[in-house]
Order: sequence, then C-alpha cells, then structure tokens
Amino acid sequence: MTQDVAVLGAGMHPWGKWGRSFVEYGTAAARAALADAGVDWCDIGSVVGADTVRGGYPGYVAGATFAKALGWQGARVTSVYAACASGAQAIATARAQILAGLADVVLVVGADAAPKGFFRPAGGDRADDPDWLRFRLLGATNPAYFGLYARRRMAVHGDTPEDFALVKVKNAAMGALNQYARYRKRVTAEEVAASAVVADPLRLLDICATSDGAAALVLSSMDFAHRRGAARPVRIRAVSTVTPAFPNTVLDLPDIATDSALAVEPPGETFRASIARAAYEEAGIGPEDLSLAEVYDLSTALELQWYEDLGLCGAGEGAKLLREGATAPGGRIPVNASGGLASFGEAVPAQAIAQVCELTRQLRGTAGERQISGASVGITANQGLFGHGSSVIAVR
Amino acid sequence: MPHTRTPAVADWFGGEGDAFRLLGTRCSSCATVFFPREDVHCRNPHCTGGSLEEVPLSRKGRIWSYTDSRYRPPSPYVSNPELPWEPYALIAVELEAERMVVLGQAAPGITVADLTVGMEVEVVPGVLGEDTETTWTTWHWRPTGVAV
Repeated sequence: MTQDVAVLGAGMHPWGKWGRSFVEYGTAAARAALADAGVDWCDIGSVVGADTVRGGYPGYVAGATFAKALGWQGARVTSVYAACASGAQAIATARAQILAGLADVVLVVGADAAPKGFFRPAGGDRADDPDWLRFRLLGATNPAYFGLYARRRMAVHGDTPEDFALVKVKNAAMGALNQYARYRKRVTAEEVAASAVVADPLRLLDICATSDGAAALVLSSMDFAHRRGAARPVRIRAVSTVTPAFPNTVLDLPDIATDSALAVEPPGETFRASIARAAYEEAGIGPEDLSLAEVYDLSTALELQWYEDLGLCGAGEGAKLLREGATAPGGRIPVNASGGLASFGEAVPAQAIAQVCELTRQLRGTAGERQISGASVGITANQGLFGHGSSVIAVR
Repeated sequence: MPHTRTPAVADWFGGEGDAFRLLGTRCSSCATVFFPREDVHCRNPHCTGGSLEEVPLSRKGRIWSYTDSRYRPPSPYVSNPELPWEPYALIAVELEAERMVVLGQAAPGITVADLTVGMEVEVVPGVLGEDTETTWTTWHWRPTGVAV
C-alpha cells in the first residue's frame, strides 16, 4: 500500500454541446476546483493536463494550455495522453509527484470539445495505425464494438435487450439529478426500445453520446491538507493504470483481431478485471468494502460487464444484480450515481477525472439528491483505447 | 477501361476461389500466430523472438459475436454519400487452430438475422469498394454452405 493523497477540491464544467473551446471548459473546471479547495492558483506547484487531440494542435499541450489560460505562474507542468484513460493517468502523475515530494499541491485538468456523431481517427492515409485500419477496412465504429460485446453477453449469459435498457433507465434517473449532466431527463424502457438501432442489438439510447465537458481536481499531500485545516479530506488510496497481459483474448477497441493463445495460456482474468484487481491490491480493500462505483458505461451492456469485472457479482450475474436493484440508489452497491456516461456523454480527457469528482462529492456527503447514504469507499473504472487501464479508489 | 483489382491492404490475404486465405505471420521460436501480420518482432513477452514467417490462417471458424452498422461510418471508411446507406454485418470469428478471434465484414446479403453465435463461417474474397480506376478487394465472412 502507498500513502494517501488528499482531494482538496473538485470542479466541473457542465457537459453538453456548447460549441466553445476545450480551453474555456477546462479553465472553468479548474477555477471551480481551486475555489472548492480554497487554494490560490498561484500556490499550485504543478499542473497536469489530460490531453485532447480533438481540439487541434493546442490539445497536444493541454497542461501548459490551461496554465497559460489561468495565468503563467511558473508551476511545474505535465501533459498526458492515454485516450479515455487520460484523466486517470493525469491523476496518477499528480499523485506520483506528491508522493515523491516534487509538489505539495497539484491541479489536474481534463477538457474536450467533441465532434458530432462517431469518433473517427485523424486524417491521412495511415495504414500503420490500427485505429485508422478498423475504420478503413471494416467501417468498425466504437458502437460496433459495443454491439459485439452486447451480442456476446446475450449468447453466453442470456442477457436481453430489456436488461440493457434497465441500465439506461437507472442512470438517466440519476443524471436527471446532476446539474453537470448533459441529459437531465428520466428515460423509460419503452423509450429505449423505441430508439433506432445503431449497432445490433444496441439502440441509440443504449450508447453514450459525444459531448463537450471538463473536470478538474486539486490534489495535495496529507501534510498540506492538514496545514490548510482539512482534517478529514477525501483521500485517493489507489490508481490503477495497468496494461493487458498477453495474450489478450477479448476482441477490443480498436483491434481487428485478438492475440493468439497458441503459445501462452490466456491469463485467468480479462484486461478489465485486471484493472480493478490492481486497484484493489494497491488500496488493500476488496469489492465487499465498496459503498459505490462509477464505471465506464459506453454502452448499457458494458456497464453489466463492469459489475462482473469489479467483482460486484460472479461472471454472468451482472443482469441479475441489476434486476435485484443492487446497483441502484439504496441498493447494496450503487453504480453510476452521477448518471454515468449515459447522462454525460464522452468528453474523453475529462471523464476519468469527472468520475473522481463524483466520488469526492459522495464521500463528502455533499451529493444532494444523489447522495448515497453513508458512502465511505468508492471505485472508478474506465479503459483507454490501445491498452490503458484506469481505476481510482477513494476513501473517507 | 477495366478496373484494376487491388487489395485494400497489402499482404493480409491472398489466393483465388477456395484457396483464398487470410495471411498472418508465425514466430519460428514460440509458434505464436499474428493477424494482422507482425513483421518486426514477436509480441509474446516470454519469447526471445524468432523470425516471423507468413502463414495462411484457417479458412473456417465459429462466430464469437456479430453486429451491424445501421449508420454510415465516418471516413476513412469509403462509401458513396449519393447512395442510400445499406447496413452491413460485422462478424468476429474464433479460429480454433490459431486460438484467436478475427473481425471482418459479412459477405453481401448476409444480415444479423442470418447469424447466431457459434455458427460456422468461412472466409471468402470480397470487394470493399470501387473508385474510378480500382476495385479494392478485402475478405468477408460467410456462413458455410451459403451459395456465392
């Protein structure tokens, strides 16, 4: 186990399609996090930006872009890119700097201005890029992969489209209570069933949208937090950023094929399960200790997969756990109390940070109508394209 | 002028008719098979690395999962925006001998209604698209026993 770092502040910019620059969103989130922490920007020793490649060239230098917008003040600066895991890697970087004594207090920011419709790879003729190839050769969009996983669950575990729809119903009900969510309307199972099929068996309301949005955190050493009078701050106890283990035998974005298991037996757990296990081991806790979880519901079916990968239930029991109400507010282990990506949509570099913002509010007991009673331990789970794990455990 | 038939990606498949195969590579040291082909270095972390030799993949496999694409995919997928979008199915196929799963488009006319997980399919030559001079060829998966 490593030492804890304190979450002094959390801030977000509402998700949506606002038509403005990612810099504006990120700066707003950063100012909100600083205000929440009661820390002056000029006292920040390091700023870590989660990169976006959607905003053009400035996106590749996210840390410095936000530092400039907030006013150059000489802080240490870092930018990290790990696709959807960028936010978790930004948190991991900030934490490592704090634990190494390189900085007492660090600002972490992620923001994006997403395109409409499908994500697509950068332009050009780039036949050496697997992401480019899956579009060029197969037209395989992200929802196509979500559809493959959903159909596989139906065949192997007997899940139904009605089970998937229940995830949307649950998350939309929570998103309706979240001022930062893009979609703030309850959804019925009938509305999911009536929406257009995007990638069989998944429909429009089974799949998360793309959105603009931003999230930021102020992290510090426990000594700094205590000096600032934060006697019992939310603490980050683990950050998992693991890669898969060879052979990775589950077809995953953006690959056209899995690794072959001819020479080496597959590991006993999937990549997604290994992400959670690494976090649990680092934190010295297990799934039975959790009060809540924020998971990466790119699709409704994928949320059920995460239940199993986080160890909330056994393999194939995700839909049963959902139907029992265990993952709804008031249940044994509420999942996506924020409303999840179902309510937010993807703002890629921000979403892993936004998950920790939700844990922070829940563990402080300031989540308002969404509050999970007695929340003391939370986990986030997320996964970045090209093999980036992402999970954070926070405690209070 | 006749169109030139050119693979949409070089060296991933070859052969005519029943001899059509996906082409991967095999490590001479640990026997791991790679598709898409790996020509630089074996990616088995326990292998010190042998030479990588081209190997044809199994012609038949079983469906791991499938889906379709009801909306037109963005570029670099090429389709004619003048024509109405016609969804195609995508099939992920388990190859028993190679112990791997390979994704591909279903042959034209095959819809998700024709498919089930576990069904046997075979690889067949297909066309990805055409421009003024070139017919771009690819591979398709098709349930076995279905006529061309």
